[in-house]
Amino acid sequence: MVVDDEADVQPLFQQRFRKEIRNGDISFDFALSGEQAISYLEERHSEVVLILSDINMPGMSGLELLSRIRHDYNAPPPPVVMMITAYGDDENYQQAMQSGANDFLTKPLDFNLLKEKLKTLAE
Amino acid sequence: MYFFPFLAAFLLLRQVRKTIKTTDLYLKWGNLVNVFSWIIVGLFFITKRYLHNGFDEVVGATVLAGVIYYLQSERDFKSLKPVFNLHYPLIAISLVYGLLQVFSKDGDVLWEEYIQFAVLAAFVWIFGRAATFRKQQKEVEQINEKNIELETMVAQRTAEITRQNEALEQTVQELKATQAQLIQQEKLASLGELTAGIAHEIQNPLNFVNNFSEVSMELIDEMNEELARGDKEEAAAIAEDIKQNLEKIRHHGKRADGIVKGMLQHSRASTGQKEPADINVLADEYLRLAYHGLRAKDKMFNAELITRFDAGLPKVNIIPQDVGRVLLNLFTNAFYATMQKKKLIGTDFKPAVSVTTCVHHDEVVITVRDNGTGIPEDVKDKIMQPFFTTKPTGEGTGLGLSLSYDIIVKGHGGKINVDTAEGEFTEFTISLPL
Repeated sequence: MVVDDEADVQPLFQQRFRKEIRNGDISFDFALSGEQAISYLEERHSEVVLILSDINMPGMSGLELLSRIRHDYNAPPPPVVMMITAYGDDENYQQAMQSGANDFLTKPLDFNLLKEKLKTLAE
Repeated sequence: MYFFPFLAAFLLLRQVRKTIKTTDLYLKWGNLVNVFSWIIVGLFFITKRYLHNGFDEVVGATVLAGVIYYLQSERDFKSLKPVFNLHYPLIAISLVYGLLQVFSKDGDVLWEEYIQFAVLAAFVWIFGRAATFRKQQKEVEQINEKNIELETMVAQRTAEITRQNEALEQTVQELKATQAQLIQQEKLASLGELTAGIAHEIQNPLNFVNNFSEVSMELIDEMNEELARGDKEEAAAIAEDIKQNLEKIRHHGKRADGIVKGMLQHSRASTGQKEPADINVLADEYLRLAYHGLRAKDKMFNAELITRFDAGLPKVNIIPQDVGRVLLNLFTNAFYATMQKKKLIGTDFKPAVSVTTCVHHDEVVITVRDNGTGIPEDVKDKIMQPFFTTKPTGEGTGLGLSLSYDIIVKGHGGKINVDTAEGEFTEFTISLPL
């Protein structure tokens, strides 16, 4: 699940992971806010193995979402959560890692790097 | 008895001499008066020698009268006139006495003793009155001196006050200049606040431009593969995707362009030109800018942005950068208030700022509401005053609302109202005539 308040993130991911989606390796769902992500998780949390979330969003921030996920949906296996953000500074990084993020990526997304990381996850 | 007029004349001349000794008249009259006084003495002895029976009195009176007459006629001695007047009784009585003696048959005069007494009295009277006169003169002199003293003091004080006045005027000029500087700084500060917001706002569109370009390049490779394989349908599908991507690139490019243009407008000095503008777009833009601006300073800050825009809102004739500045100020204040409340209450509090637009009668109404700390009653009346702020030193110039008031009310003929409950919410309402 990709959580980002920018709607155009969706076609971006869908095109970048075109092959993987076609092969059935991965499927993406998109939420436009932390709140939307939570309600999605409430329904289908067992299906979600990976969450990529923006930090800067109006309403519930990505970090808040992260703590919620770690708090409410940590039943094993816990979903992998990676934070994506434009503000790639140390403070944000520390906060994210301390709240239980698995990884921290900066925008603009290097999709090749992301694909590498996902590959290691799958193994 | 004839002795007295001579003596009076002599003494008078000595007195005159003494009086003018301290003045420049002395040069003119000094010697003359001196000589004359001794002539009087001479005349006395001559009279004594050769005249009797009343002629001596008459001569004495005449001499005195002559002296008095002469002194009276000279303007230089005007100040002594009162003293001269004192001699008339003596002149008169001596003359009368003398004439009585002259015209009496046997040299005896009726009431001679009384007349002699009168002569003596008149003589003594002169000196009594003269003494009083001198005392009065002294007092007058003292008063004059005091007067001069006072005038000097007044002149001094006036000079001092004039100096202080000039100093104050200069200070007023300096203060005016400083005020103008502060207003300029406030405008720059609001621009600075935007910068972080702008950077963020431009970053997103740029990311999309980059990402979609890259993806499109990959897709073209894929498309060529499919064409080589002969799968025209798949190739056509990919082509469609590429087209959409390019559309998105164009869209985001324009977005960035619009933001930059908006910021240039904001920094440019206002031309004062009113133009039709979409308030919804303006409010949305500045709301997000204010939000990101604040987040750039405090990354932990988070708030809910609620927008309720009237879709059918007509365009309004405004100076966009001015009204934009007003909206920015209101939004920034709103976020600040919610930030303060969050510091007090903590995680349970959810900051929320909302902006609503609608048409009411013949006005466009923009409402900015926050659920922050609210404004206490005693402060509420002062918030539009220039330089009034409740922020700690260095955090706010106190000019935001007063400039906003000027722009809306004076610049656009609109209204700003505030509704608030301490600890609960604050709501600013701007009305602009259509």
